[in-house]
Amino acid sequence: MPELNTSSLPDLIFSVLFFFMMVTSMREVELKVQFTTPQGTEIEKLEKKSLVSHIYIGSPNKEYRASLGTAPRIQLNDKFAEVDAIRDYVAQERESMPERDKPFMKISLKVDKKVQMGIVTDVKLALRKASALNMVYSASKKKDGQ
Amino acid sequence: MAKTNRKVPQMNSSSTADISFILLIFFLVTTSMDTDTGLSRRLPEWDPNAQEEEIKAKERNVMVVLVNKNNEVLCRGELIEIDQLKDLAKEFIANPEDKDNFPVKEEYDIPGFGTVITTVKHIISLQTDRSTEYETYFQVQNELTKAYNELRDEWCKATFRKSYKDCTEDQQLYARGMYASKISEAEPKQY
Repeated sequence: MPELNTSSLPDLIFSVLFFFMMVTSMREVELKVQFTTPQGTEIEKLEKKSLVSHIYIGSPNKEYRASLGTAPRIQLNDKFAEVDAIRDYVAQERESMPERDKPFMKISLKVDKKVQMGIVTDVKLALRKASALNMVYSASKKKDGQ
Repeated sequence: MAKTNRKVPQMNSSSTADISFILLIFFLVTTSMDTDTGLSRRLPEWDPNAQEEEIKAKERNVMVVLVNKNNEVLCRGELIEIDQLKDLAKEFIANPEDKDNFPVKEEYDIPGFGTVITTVKHIISLQTDRSTEYETYFQVQNELTKAYNELRDEWCKATFRKSYKDCTEDQQLYARGMYASKISEAEPKQY
């Protein structure tokens, strides 16, 4: 019985491996704000990653402090933004989704614990105006079983 | 020096495939490991005509939870600790003793299940100040969610004899109909 030549198998797997390595690093957004999300007991997992868009709110990283100060800022995609930009951001995120997923779009708010509610409420109002009504307060599971 | 019969020894590369497989699996796992978790909420629809959302409800049907700028929690006008809130909310939502100052119990038809008697009209009004800390707000939301989850779980145990987790999707839907989450958030006040 003729043996199958498997000498190219490592190369094949290597190329798949490289593909995954690329994808992992490419999808990450460079965070420009610092935040620690709160901890809760009743949190749920978000099922589909492709449906979720993120909004980050927190104090700017050290390298931006000189120009921006320490007041909490909103980050959309890769840059700092104002509340007014949320509408365009939501529209753009929605545009990049397949048609059947659009009603299930979710916005995940990653907000620092120390942030005051004023900015969060403004963001929520902007989301309502952009009719992105499904949202999530991002949080981590509390470790001790309280 | 015999030049003819020299063979370059071949490296055994049969394990390269396995090594790269391990790496591949590592990357596959790490990519999906970063799943997001949090508290889901549905925001009310934006209606440009309605200037202020006014809660038109009788006083007994409303539980006002106010978080002020000093991160103190007031429930129906009384200062409470956050860990008290869950029990207060549970008592308010279910109204087990049919008290007068708690939400009125009415017949309600859960589609597919039948008629139940529950507090359909209850509203939890969550009010915050613009300088309330997000952490406190989140903990309040967490406690309110916990109150609903525990009530649904208790109802499932009484009705279907199993916990909410183990119920079928339909049964979970009935439980959510029985104790539908009604948290209303007004605009934060600037004192």
